[in-house]
Amino acid sequence: MKKINGLIGVLIASLVMLTSCNNSETTPKKSGGALKSSAAEKVYVAPGEHDEFYAFVSGGFSGQLSVYGLPSGRLFKVIPVFSQDPEKAWGYNEETKPMLNTSHGFVPWDDAHHPDISQTNGEVDGRFVYINANNTPRIAKIDLSTFETTEILEVPNSAGNHSSSFVTENSEYVVAGTRFSVPFPQRDMSIKDYKGNFKGALSFIKLDQEDGGMDLSFQIMMPGFNYDLAHPGRGNSHGWFFFTTYNTEEANSLLEVNASQNDKDFIAAVNWKKAEEYIKAGKFKTVPANYAHNVYDEHTHTATSTMKKEVRILDPAECPGLVYFLPTPKSPHGVDVDPSGEYIIGNGKLSANLTVHSFTNMMKAIESGNFAGEAYGIPILKFEDVLGGVVEQPGLGPLHTEFDGKGNAYTTFFISSEVVKWKLGTWEVIDRKPTYYSVGHIMIPGGNSRKPFGKYAIAMNKITKDRYLPTGPEVTQSAQLYDITGEKMELLLDFPTIGEPHYAAGIPADLVKPRSKKYFPLEENKHKYATKSESEAKVVRDGNEVHIYMTMIRSHFAPDNIEGVKVGDKVYFHVTNLEQDYDVPHGISMIGANTSELLIMPGQTETFLWEPKQVGVWPFYCTDFCSALHQEMSGYVRVSPKDSNIDLSWSLGE
Amino acid sequence: MKISKLMMILGAISILGLFVFPLWRITLEAPQYPIPLAMDIYINDFADVHPHDIKNINLMNHYVGMQYIPESIPEFTIFPIVIAVMSVLGIAVGFIGKHKLFLAWFILMLLLAIAGMYDFYLWEHDYGHNLDPNAIMKFTNKDGSVMGFQPPLFGSKDILNFKAHSYPQLGAIFLAIGMALSFISFFVGKKQQK
Repeated sequence: MKKINGLIGVLIASLVMLTSCNNSETTPKKSGGALKSSAAEKVYVAPGEHDEFYAFVSGGFSGQLSVYGLPSGRLFKVIPVFSQDPEKAWGYNEETKPMLNTSHGFVPWDDAHHPDISQTNGEVDGRFVYINANNTPRIAKIDLSTFETTEILEVPNSAGNHSSSFVTENSEYVVAGTRFSVPFPQRDMSIKDYKGNFKGALSFIKLDQEDGGMDLSFQIMMPGFNYDLAHPGRGNSHGWFFFTTYNTEEANSLLEVNASQNDKDFIAAVNWKKAEEYIKAGKFKTVPANYAHNVYDEHTHTATSTMKKEVRILDPAECPGLVYFLPTPKSPHGVDVDPSGEYIIGNGKLSANLTVHSFTNMMKAIESGNFAGEAYGIPILKFEDVLGGVVEQPGLGPLHTEFDGKGNAYTTFFISSEVVKWKLGTWEVIDRKPTYYSVGHIMIPGGNSRKPFGKYAIAMNKITKDRYLPTGPEVTQSAQLYDITGEKMELLLDFPTIGEPHYAAGIPADLVKPRSKKYFPLEENKHKYATKSESEAKVVRDGNEVHIYMTMIRSHFAPDNIEGVKVGDKVYFHVTNLEQDYDVPHGISMIGANTSELLIMPGQTETFLWEPKQVGVWPFYCTDFCSALHQEMSGYVRVSPKDSNIDLSWSLGE
Repeated sequence: MKISKLMMILGAISILGLFVFPLWRITLEAPQYPIPLAMDIYINDFADVHPHDIKNINLMNHYVGMQYIPESIPEFTIFPIVIAVMSVLGIAVGFIGKHKLFLAWFILMLLLAIAGMYDFYLWEHDYGHNLDPNAIMKFTNKDGSVMGFQPPLFGSKDILNFKAHSYPQLGAIFLAIGMALSFISFFVGKKQQK
């Protein structure tokens, strides 16, 4: 009977989808009765009121992280992470250029995928967000007291840093895997010799408990599969980390066919507590590496980039009990662990069913020692031994699952473009709702922790076609907000996003708001070129370098008249915002400068470089409408010929 | 010890609260200051209510040519001495126990308090009217005279986009309690004598 109901459900759903274009305008929306509030009321946050949740939505190929409020869907900030941002001078000013340094030099862009919030006791704690760069493998840390990127660590021996950046339940590690296996060590070799020579590194980055700082502790050098996604165990399974794999065929060309042949790929279960023991016992090899570690200091307001030269490697074949393979149909994409830590959901993207492994069964299977075989020295557990349950025919193309903390799971289906709600333990489908269109990830605030806040879910869609006013061939991607408090999900809101809203992390606003800083105390400013009062403002020449120690306060610069600069000089504007009030930034820009404006927060110092190429008198001005006299906030620099002997001079109000 | 003496001594001690708590507070409210700017006046200091409030009041007031609130004023030296002396005097008077002296102390304290308020008014008047002739923005009253920005001595007042409030604080209440105690002790002492 259940099955028949299910079938009818699918039929009705597809009928609704087929006909919805025609009758959506005329048919009144189904409602739960007269007392049920409307969708508009549920997402309305009155002017001056605050949203209940923060949502940190990755910008995908924009390289940035956007900050939205839920349920309103309002965008508050785009935090520059991996891409240069002229609006905030990220990667343009002298202070933040080192943040984008890598072993490949300065990389001004990346593809930001999976934000994850730091956790304490398995619950999101609102201190830091970690996010991965997919293209040139890096992990960034965003400090939620300033909402700024304060650290970026390059990940060596990795490529397509996709199964990243997921945090263990006490923020012991942030973990990164490689989607593309690469020769290890990197070398000039034939691509055809992929099999056996290419390796996939799983990187365990130790986190500092105080400042969230990152240190690559060790890498597990795995067979040359594609490590697609990951999630940590929690509760009983704390100490384990799960990675999906595809291309266990180890194909190196036409992957869409050649990597889709095996009936089952694997979920790799990694016992990282065991790894720690092996590290302690000295079972690692230290190998040469070259990767950048970039740290931004909040007090010097300046980043430094250090090249690290070594990494510790564990070989799973030589470390029994470190890794087990759980056979999982068919090119599993997401792997998600339920709040209890018992169920490990393998979202087999080419499979008709959703596979759920049981942690208890996995431990029993490991204990029994009765394996199905091994791959590169790693034991393969028997599929039926570890299986916890199957959600039968829930939809097409399952990608990701999140949880509401009430025993339900929500899985996205890319091909059938829907979110399906099902019950853990009984594996029955409870509800399904279409997404518009082609959903990737779904996010429930705290939905990948021990304590989800199961009020809203947002589905992140890759395709919107006709959903908004058209903007030429390129149209926005979107997020869709569902109310998940009832038995049935209810679509409330549909809002555009920046770049690709690849994944998101959400948290109750009250866990973040009280820690958000209002400005930087001037007395704590330790910038090398800080100018803490107008009387200290000066201009200093050092060969062809000119350093301007400048201050800004409503509504003038000090100094604002500068003479003695020559063509060919390298002029550094070191500008300190002397304001000590909330929301009084100032900006500065110089005509012809080949960098961006600076947007300087109260108490902060930033620097831009200007290389004047033409003789004349050139103005600079404040770019942020700061005050009633904003238009007056400007100044001039006189640029003389290279051979001129005009002395440096500077003034204000003379 | 007689109740009147005790009251007088307590009253004299009470005014020492001025060394701990602010005397007065001036608060400035405007829409873009959801947390208002405010300054506490102690007998020996101007203090921020929230960090950097005075700096931000100065920054705002320079648009209309008002002077910066000074770091220190002569009164900050005089007031603490006056209060300390009056407290010692009051305690001495209390031990002597002559109720007429209680009244004398009260009247003296009252006169000093009035003098202090008048002095504060004069400072406020100067602060609100002695404007820089090169002020960025100049405002005139309806009669053509230059608009002043003096905050009220007591109460609330609209000044351009701000609403200014000026009210006594805990220190002033300690002073009032001290004075009230000395005043009552006079009557109690008088009654007890009969």
